Amino acid sequence: MAKNSMADLLEIKGLKIEATSYPPGEKPREVVLVDGVSVSLEKGRVLGLIGESGAGKSTIGLAAMAYGRGGVRLTGGEVLLNGRNIRGAGPVTLRALRGREVTYVAQSAAAAFNPAKKLMEQVIETCLLHKVMTRPAAQARAVDLFRKLGLPNPESFGNRYPHQVSGGQLQRAMTAMALCPKPDLVIFDEPTTALDVTTQIEVLAAIKEAIRDQGVAAIYITHDLAVVAQVADDIMVLRHGKTVEYGSTDQIINRPGQAYTQALVSVREIAHVEKPPAAPILTVDAVTARYRGTNFDVLKRVSVDVAPGQTLAVVGESGSGKSTLARAITGLLPPHQGAVTFAGRRLSPDLAGRSRDDLRELQMIYQMADTAMNPRQTVGTIIGRPLEFYFGLKGAEKARRVAELLDQIEMGKGFAERYPAELSGGQKQRVCIARALAAKPKLIICDEVTSALDPLVADGILKLLLALQAQEGVAYLFITHDLATVRAIADKIAVMYRGEVVRYGAKSEVLAPPFDAYTDLLLSSVPEMRLGWLEEVLGSRRMESAGN
Amino acid sequence: MHPLIILVVQRIALGLILLLAVSVLIFLGVEALPGDTAQQILGQGATPETLANMRESLGLNEPALTRYFSWLGHALTGDFGKALTNKMDIAQAIGQRLGNTLFLAACAGVIAVPFAIGLGLLAARHNGRWPDKLISGVTLATISLPEFVAAYFVIYLLTQVIPILQPVSMVFPGMTFLERLHAVALPVIVLVMVVLAHMMRMTRAAILNVMQSPYIETAELKGLSPMQVIWRHALPNAVAPIVSVVVINLAYLVVGVVVVEVVFSYNALGQYLVDHVSKRDLPVVQAVGLIFAAVYIGLNIFADVVGIVANPRLRHPK
Repeated sequence: MAKNSMADLLEIKGLKIEATSYPPGEKPREVVLVDGVSVSLEKGRVLGLIGESGAGKSTIGLAAMAYGRGGVRLTGGEVLLNGRNIRGAGPVTLRALRGREVTYVAQSAAAAFNPAKKLMEQVIETCLLHKVMTRPAAQARAVDLFRKLGLPNPESFGNRYPHQVSGGQLQRAMTAMALCPKPDLVIFDEPTTALDVTTQIEVLAAIKEAIRDQGVAAIYITHDLAVVAQVADDIMVLRHGKTVEYGSTDQIINRPGQAYTQALVSVREIAHVEKPPAAPILTVDAVTARYRGTNFDVLKRVSVDVAPGQTLAVVGESGSGKSTLARAITGLLPPHQGAVTFAGRRLSPDLAGRSRDDLRELQMIYQMADTAMNPRQTVGTIIGRPLEFYFGLKGAEKARRVAELLDQIEMGKGFAERYPAELSGGQKQRVCIARALAAKPKLIICDEVTSALDPLVADGILKLLLALQAQEGVAYLFITHDLATVRAIADKIAVMYRGEVVRYGAKSEVLAPPFDAYTDLLLSSVPEMRLGWLEEVLGSRRMESAGN
Repeated sequence: MHPLIILVVQRIALGLILLLAVSVLIFLGVEALPGDTAQQILGQGATPETLANMRESLGLNEPALTRYFSWLGHALTGDFGKALTNKMDIAQAIGQRLGNTLFLAACAGVIAVPFAIGLGLLAARHNGRWPDKLISGVTLATISLPEFVAAYFVIYLLTQVIPILQPVSMVFPGMTFLERLHAVALPVIVLVMVVLAHMMRMTRAAILNVMQSPYIETAELKGLSPMQVIWRHALPNAVAPIVSVVVINLAYLVVGVVVVEVVFSYNALGQYLVDHVSKRDLPVVQAVGLIFAAVYIGLNIFADVVGIVANPRLRHPK
C-alpha cells in the first residue's frame, strides 16, 4: 500500500471488459471489448484516448466510473480510483463516487441534457445530491463556470431550457455541469465531435482552460488525433480493444512508433491535383429557395457550376444551406427563383416534372448510409433496383451487373446476399455509392458522405470516389463541413455561409490568400496535427481583435 | 400572443366542434329509430287521430333541423324536457345521479391513479425482474376478470369471509360524506381493480421508453439512485402519454360502469341510461348521451392540453 499513498489518481491495470453479443439466428456469445489495457493518470493531467469506432475508447472512459453501458461488464483487472479498487464495488459505493469524484461529458450534449428541466437544475444537481455545497453556493459556482466557459449572460443562462441554447453552448454547459461538484477526474467523451469547426475551436479552448484552471485530471476521448494533440499530456492509441501505443503527446504525434499510429497521423494526405476548367455539365444560376409557408430565403442567389468528371466541393457549417442547395438541384425543394441547367437542358424546378433520364443522370449519396438503405433488402436487391428501374435489367444480366458494381466498390460479389446490418459503416457507404453508380449518372451529389466515418475508413471512401471519377468520368457535387476532405477531392470550391456563396472558384484560388473574413475563420479553425496549434490560433485571433 | 395559448385555444375550439358533431349524431341516431316519441307515449292502442294530435302537441311535425336546434338550445340551458315514462323532469333526475356517478368515479380515480402510476414506476424500476412480473401478473389478472365476477368475488370476500362492508351501495340524499364513502367502498375496490392494469402498463411503457434516452445515462453517471433517475428525469418526460391514458380510464369510470352500478344497486347515471334505453325513453337517452359525450370529450381535451403544457419546447419557445 506504500505505493498507493503517492499513487496516481486513476490507475487501471490489465482491464478486461466483456459483453454478450446476440447475433441474429445464432447463439449468444461473449465478446471481449477491451483486453489488457493499463492506464495511469496523475492529478491535473490529461490523457487522450484515441482510436476508431469500436476501439473501446468510451468503454474504457466509462470504466473509470465502473460503469458499463447496456450489458457491458468489467470482467478482469483493476480500476484503482484514489487508491481503491472500484471494479466490482457495490451500487452504493459507485453512486457515491459517480458525479462526485468522477464526472462525465457526453458527445452529444443536446441529447445528454434532460429536455424537461432548466439547465441550472441539471448543472447543480450533483453538488446537491452529493452534498458538496449548498444550493446558493452551487448556483454561484455554476454562474462562475458559465462565465469562465464564455457562455452568454452567465447570470441568467441557467434559467434556460436545453432547446433554447445552441449546440456549442450546450457542450460548454455540460462541461460546467461536470466541473461543478469539483471532481478529481472528468471524462470527456468526444465533446466536440458533433460541433462545427469554428465552434469546436472555441469549445476546445474553453475546455482546455477549464481543466487547467480547476486543476482536475481528465480523460479526453476522440477519434481526431489533431484535436487530442491540443489538450492531452499523454495519448493512448487503441484498436480493437487493445493498446497500440501509449506515450507522451509529443512522442505520439512527432515520433509514432507503430504503423497504425503513423497511419492515423498521416491520414488525409491524399494528393489531388486540380483539373483545368471545362464547360459545365451542371449550372446553378442565381437560385433562391425558401421553405413552404415562409418568406425567409434559405438560399440567396446561389450560382455555381460543375464540369464533367470534376468535383465541386460545397463547404460550410451546419445551417449554411449546403444540403438545401442539394435539395434545390434535385427538385426536392423547388427553387423560388433562378434556374438549374443540367447536361444542356433546363431542369424542371419540381421533381414531378422531370423525365426519367433527368432522374437517372443525377444521383445522390447521403451521410447516413444506415438510414438510406432498406434494412430488409439484401445488398444485391438494393444495387439491383436502379438497374431494373432505369435499364430494365433482369435475372442473370442484372446479377452480372451487380457483381461488376460490387467489384468496382472493392467488395466481393459474395456481399450481394448480405443485409445492411451485417456490414460495417464504410461498407454500407460503399453500397450506397454502388447504387448511385448503377444508374450510370453524370453527376452524383455527395452529402457529407464521409462525415459519419472513422478517418481511415473515410480516407478509403474518398480514394474510391476519386478512382471511380477517373474510370467513369462522373462529376461530383461534394457537400462537406470538413476542409481536409475538400483538399483531398475538390477541383472547385464554393464556401457557403448563411445561405450565400461567400467565396467560389478553383481550389487553388479559394484556398490561397487573401481570404475573406469567414473563409479565414473557417480555414484557421481546422485542427492541425501539431502541438501548440490551438494556442497559436487563439493568440493570433486575440491579437487581431486587439488590433481592431 | 404566446403560441401555447393559441394551441390550447385551438384544442378547446376543436373539442367544442366535436361535441356539436356528437350532438348531431345523437339526434340523428334517435331520429333513425323506427317509430317516434308520440307512438312511444301512446303505445299499442293509439289511433291515427290521437297520434296526429300528440305529434302536433309535441312539435314533432316541425322539420328535423328546427327540432334539432330547439332540442340543443334547451339542452344548453339545462332543460332536457320531461321523461316519457314517468313525466319527471330529466334535468332534475340526472342532476342527482350525475352527482353519484362523479362521486364514485372520483373515489375510484383518487385511489387508482396514484396507485397505478406508483406501481408503473416500480415495475419500470425493476424492469424484467420479479417485482415487475408480479405487478404485471396481478394487474393483468384483475383486468381480465369480468367486472361482475370481480364484484361478486369482492362481495363474498368482504361481506361473508371478512364481514366489514355492506353488499349494497344504496345512497340517499342526506347521507354524510363518511356514510357515502362507506357505502361506495365495495364498488370502488372493484373499479380500481378494473382500471389499474391499463394505467400501470402505460406508465411502465412510457417510462421505459424514456429510459432509452441519453440523458438517463447522464443521470445515472451523476450518481442518482434508480428511483431518483425515474422520478426526476424520466417521469417529467413521460407526462403526456401517462395523462392521456389516465384520462381515458377516468372517462371510463364516469361513462362505462353500469355493470358495477347494477351489481351494487348504486343509483347513478349508467343505470338510469340503461333503464330508459330498455323503455325506449328517447329524450332521456339523448340527454344522458350528450352528457357522457361532453365528459369524454372534456377529459380528452384536458389530456391534450396537459400534453401541450408539459412540453418545454412549446412552453418556452426559443
